[in-house]
Order: sequence, then C-alpha cells, then structure tokens
Amino acid sequence: MKFSKLTTVSALSLAAAGMSSAAQAEELTLCWAAWDPANALVELSKEFEEQSGHTMSFEFIPWPNFADRMLNELNSGGKLCDLLIGDSQWIGGGAENGHYVKLNDFFDAEGISMGDFADATVYAYSTWPKGTPNYYALPAMGDANGWFYRKDWFARDDIKAAFKEATGRDLAEPTTQKELLETAQFFQGREIDGQTVYGAAIFTERGSEGITMGVTSALYPWGFKYENEPGSYDMEGAVNSPEAVEALEFYKEFYKTATPPGYTNSYMGESLDAFKSGQVAMAMNWFAFFPGLYADPNTGGEKIDFFVNPPQNQAGSTLGGQGISVVAYSEKQDAALEYIKWFANPEVQQKWWDLGGYSAHKAVLEDPGFVDSAPFAGDFLEAMGAVQDFWQEPAYAELLLAMQKRIHDYVVADQGTAQEALDKLIEDWTETFEDEGKL
Amino acid sequence: MSDTPITRAAEATPPVMARKIKGLSDRAIAWIFVAPTIFLLLAINIFPLIWTINLSFTNFRANRLNRDVEYVGLRNYERILNDTDIWLNMQATAHFLFWTIFFQVLIGFTLAWLINRKFKGNDLWTTIIVLPMMLSPAVVGNFWKFLYQPQIGLFNYIVAFFTGKDPSSFEMLGSVDLAPWSIVIVDTWMWTPFVMLICLAGLRSIPDYIYEAAEIDRASKLRQFFTITVPMVLPFLMLAVLFRGIENFKMFDLVVQLTGGGPGSTTELTSINLKREAFEKWRTGYASAYAIILFVTVFGLASIYVKALNKVKER
Repeated sequence: MKFSKLTTVSALSLAAAGMSSAAQAEELTLCWAAWDPANALVELSKEFEEQSGHTMSFEFIPWPNFADRMLNELNSGGKLCDLLIGDSQWIGGGAENGHYVKLNDFFDAEGISMGDFADATVYAYSTWPKGTPNYYALPAMGDANGWFYRKDWFARDDIKAAFKEATGRDLAEPTTQKELLETAQFFQGREIDGQTVYGAAIFTERGSEGITMGVTSALYPWGFKYENEPGSYDMEGAVNSPEAVEALEFYKEFYKTATPPGYTNSYMGESLDAFKSGQVAMAMNWFAFFPGLYADPNTGGEKIDFFVNPPQNQAGSTLGGQGISVVAYSEKQDAALEYIKWFANPEVQQKWWDLGGYSAHKAVLEDPGFVDSAPFAGDFLEAMGAVQDFWQEPAYAELLLAMQKRIHDYVVADQGTAQEALDKLIEDWTETFEDEGKL
Repeated sequence: MSDTPITRAAEATPPVMARKIKGLSDRAIAWIFVAPTIFLLLAINIFPLIWTINLSFTNFRANRLNRDVEYVGLRNYERILNDTDIWLNMQATAHFLFWTIFFQVLIGFTLAWLINRKFKGNDLWTTIIVLPMMLSPAVVGNFWKFLYQPQIGLFNYIVAFFTGKDPSSFEMLGSVDLAPWSIVIVDTWMWTPFVMLICLAGLRSIPDYIYEAAEIDRASKLRQFFTITVPMVLPFLMLAVLFRGIENFKMFDLVVQLTGGGPGSTTELTSINLKREAFEKWRTGYASAYAIILFVTVFGLASIYVKALNKVKER
C-alpha cells in the first residue's frame, strides 16, 4: 500500500514536472552576425537545449548588413530576436532607447557577478553610462583587432637575408607600428615562389565601419583620444592632436605603399581572402577569425602565426566583440534570461573557448593553461589589456558614418590633408552632439 | 429588350440590391467604383508625402521615439542647401545622369538602327543584346566588381591589351578619377538595351512608304535619316531619356554594390546619401527635408521635360 502510494505520488510529481516543463518550453531566437564564432555558438547551445527543454533558433546576418538589419529591428520594436549579441557600440542606444533589458536585478538574483568577467569587456560590452554599474549585457565574445602573418615566409633564409640587407634588422614579428609598415613595404611587390605578393591587407571599407576600425588600430597606439576629459565632449586638441595627424598620415602611407592593388573597399572578408590566397605576407583582422585561420589547410598550421597590434607611443588595440542582451520587445524574456544564466556558467564559458568562441570570463582567461591553449591566446590576452572602443553613444551610427567619410576621403580618395580630415571630423561630431543636446 | 452583357448583368442583379442602386445617380455609382482607388492613392502616396513634409520641419528621429520632437522651421532645408558635401553628391549624380543618358541614347539608337536592318540572325542578336537588362542589378554590380579587379579583372586586361599599360597599374573602382566613369560604364552596359528597344519600336513605326516617297524625290540616305528617321523616332527617344533619367536619379543598388559610394564620396549619389541619412544616421527630419528637395527637383525637371515631349509629339 505504502509502495503504491509512493508510486502514485512520484508519478503525479513527474507528470506535474513534465507539464510544467512543457508549459515553459520556448523557442528562443538568438540574433548575431554570420561568422565563425556563430557556428561555435550553435554547437554550444545544444547543451542548453538539452538542459532547459527550450529550443534555439538562430538568425545570423552577414557583417556588412548586421548593424542595419538589427538596428532597424530594434528601432521598430521587432520581436524577431529574444537574445541579441549586439556590437559594443550599440550599448548606449540599446540602453537609452529601451531596446535592452537592464540586467542588474537578474544578476543579483542569480548570483552572477560582473567581477568574474574581464574588466575591459564589462566596461565595453555591458555598462551604460560607461563605467557605471548599470548592466545591459553579459560579455559574450571578447575580441580585438590583431595581426597574422606568413610564418613560413618569415622563416625562409633568402627572404631573411634580403630583409636584413634592405632594413638592417632581422625579419621578425613587428614590435612597433613603424616596423610593421617597414616589413609590409619590404614584401610589397616581391616575387615569392614565382608569384607577386604584397605587404599587408588592411581595412579600407567605406560603407559600414571598416576603415574606422582599421585606422583606429593606428590612432590608438599613437595616443589618440576622443575627448580631452572623458564625458566632456571637448574634442579640439584631442581628436586632431599632432599624434592623431601623424597616425592618420601613417595609415595613408600604409595603404598607398604596402597593400595589394584594388584594396580600396576591403574589410574582414577581403583580408581573409588576401591571406588565404597567398597574396599578402600579413593581414589585420579580428581575433575571432584566428581559430579558423589556424585551421586552414593551405595557409594555417605551421605557415601562420599571430601578433598583437604593435604599439607606437603606447599599446593600443581596436576593440571588437559583443555582449549578449535580452531584447526588451521579446515575449520570452524569462527563457532568454535562463540562457544568459546558463551562458555565464564558468564551465560553459570554458567550452565556449574550446569551441572557438572568445570567452571573457576570468575563470577561463586566468587559467594557467590558457596562454598555451592556442597560438593566439597570449596575444588575445595582451590585446584585451589595451583595448579602446569607438564612441558608444546612442548616436554612434551618425558618429561612425562621419568618421568613415572623413577618413576614406583622405586615405583612399586623396582629398585634403590629415589635419583637415580630423578638423572636419570634429565639426561633424560637434554637430551631432549639439543635436543630441550634449553640447 | 436586346440581349447584351449590360442587360444580362441587370437581369442577374438581385432585386434587393437593384432597389438600392436604383436610387443612386450615375455619378454616385462612378464614385463608388473609383473610391477604393482614390482611398489607396491617398493612403499610400498622398498621406506619406504630407507626413514627410511635416517631418521635414522637425528634428524627429525614428530611432528615438522617446525623445521630444521639436519644430525647427526651415533649419533642415538651410543645412542641406548650405552643405558643400551634399552639393558634391548632387554633382556626382548629375555627372552620372548626364553621361549614362548620353551614352545609352547614342549607343542604343545606333544598335536599334543596325538591328532594324534586315539581316540573317537579326532576332538572335536582339536577344543577346537585351540580356544585360534582364539581370539583377546586384548580380551585375558584383560581377563587374570582379571584372574591374586590378589583378585578375578582365576589364583591366582588355584595356592593358590595347594600351600596353600594366593591368594592375590602374584601379577603376579605387581611383577618384576613374570611379565615376566605372559606374557610368556598367549602367550603360546594363541599360542601353532598354533604350535600344524603345528606339527600335520607334523605327519600326515609320511606314515604308515615307522612305519610298523620299527615294522617288531622290533624297539621299543622309537626308532621309535626318528628315524622316530622326524626327519620327525623337518622341520615342525622349521617352527613353525620361525613363532612364528618372531611374538613374534614384540609382542605388548597382552603385552600392560596385563602389559603396567611394572612393571617399566620389560616387556617393544623392540616393545613397539620403539612405545613409534616413536609415543609418536616423536623422528622419533632416532626411525628410532632403527627400522633399529631391522630389521637387525631379518633379520640376520632369514636368518641364514632359511639356517639351508633348510639343514634339504634336509636331
């Protein structure tokens, strides 16, 4: 009898649990850019599906259209995405326009501490206003702009000897921006194995964010600042400082003297293509692509190595990467928050890194084995220690497009001087901040 | 009563409905028929236009719905008309418009004149010539991008073959001097067949007896061309120019695929710039003023042109 009662109670409990689970099971849609780490996330999320009973679907948009598509979705209050891994610069708009759910209470309730994540990523991907403990995203994918090169070419005696003769120093990973340029210029137009190769593939894309992400990789090491005092919007003397002018001139010289012909509108895809097709000795791109590059059967493995964006007056790398946010228009916010909770787990974060995603969790980054876990892991850590990001203001798109125009006009279209380009940029940005009521 | 469709419809109308309609005048019935169309026209054309005019006097941003909207008077219009960058966009658009129309009319008319002559394989050549205009602009933009590639592009190699220049020594899409011409070339390649078809229709509408009469009057071929062919095809040509002018004024997809508006802003046509203002920068009020200025420009030019076209047709 006792056994029978126990069985009945157990059966009822199981049935109730099943019903409750069925009632809560949701189909969540996660939106992100279409690139290598997105595939890793699909793989990783299978574990979440098994554990939670929710199903995941994904909306991955190619990078050139990602901002347009997703910002339109948010601005129209669209319900396509329950979770969004949005670019770091969107955080201001996401918070101020009410697109993202504020996560502080949720983090407190679930014991998720932002102190467990790398400080630079929390600052860049999660907080708005910047640096305040108001969180709108969990750091999901750490990233920065770095460099990779043909290790096999750098190791060849004939090339090393020619380099020594040309420059008076040994051919090695560049340790300054000027060495980087010198190395690229050495390879420019050189014959290697019967093929003409070029120095380096850099970002020059006009339409979205390409040339800005490229040029800031030169500006930051020269000491470029957006404002004289953070939060003051006082840009005169900072944006157009002598160091900024020199860095911009440097980037133009790089473009003119050390890149393949026709690289007038190039971004991530073109950089990868140039390297994989054996056209260039070096290339800049986001760390997110490095696992795929290392695994490439033709130019990966022993033929490739990586280095952090070289310093000049100081260390500095352009920040990439994103945080994961819950979209305020989603009708499945509880399930979406469950995903965030699951994703914040250190074990899941370790798997994320193992699969090719860049975890920002300190448990992963500070693990003694991390630096040796991949040939680019140490460089990634170094880069994340000196990252700078573009404006993250709600009007970031307007600020970004102004910079795209001014820089492309000067670097690619040969219009005006570096000083004029930066002066005009200040005018554009001032107008935007005046419209925003911040000046 | 004769058996006509109208009487059959009258007989088939249910008496209840017939009684209702009986009280209505012809004018009222006509209004009932046209009302849905007028309603649709108002809803999807006139109302948005009025709304855009209204927005053009504000600082409204479609991505900042929680922000107060202020009326700023004519400030948006002032800013646009005093912005040197926008005037450069206008110049780029004018350059694109003028040269595409010029080449398309010239080549299109020549092709139509050649195709109009009876020869073997005439139909096959017509089909081959019209193929480019059947392609999607996105596809055309992408493959011309490859053709213009300095290292592997066929276009550069063809130019190199005839000029002896190094193919990778010039960049059609990357050079400030060449990029405006590169988009003209692609648009001309794609849309010349359209102009050719319209001209062909014009040429085929000229009755043979006019030429026969001219032959009897011993008019030379050149004289026949300038006094018969050109005047009679002119209304068709002007129509083609109108279509291409309107189409190219709003050119977007092909140029975005080819150059993205670059290098710098050399090929940033007004439509590309307008899209950036409206849907990337989200300056909705400003973009509305910009759109109104463009609308007035196109509408004004098109009206003048249509009047000229009507005069030519009346001759």
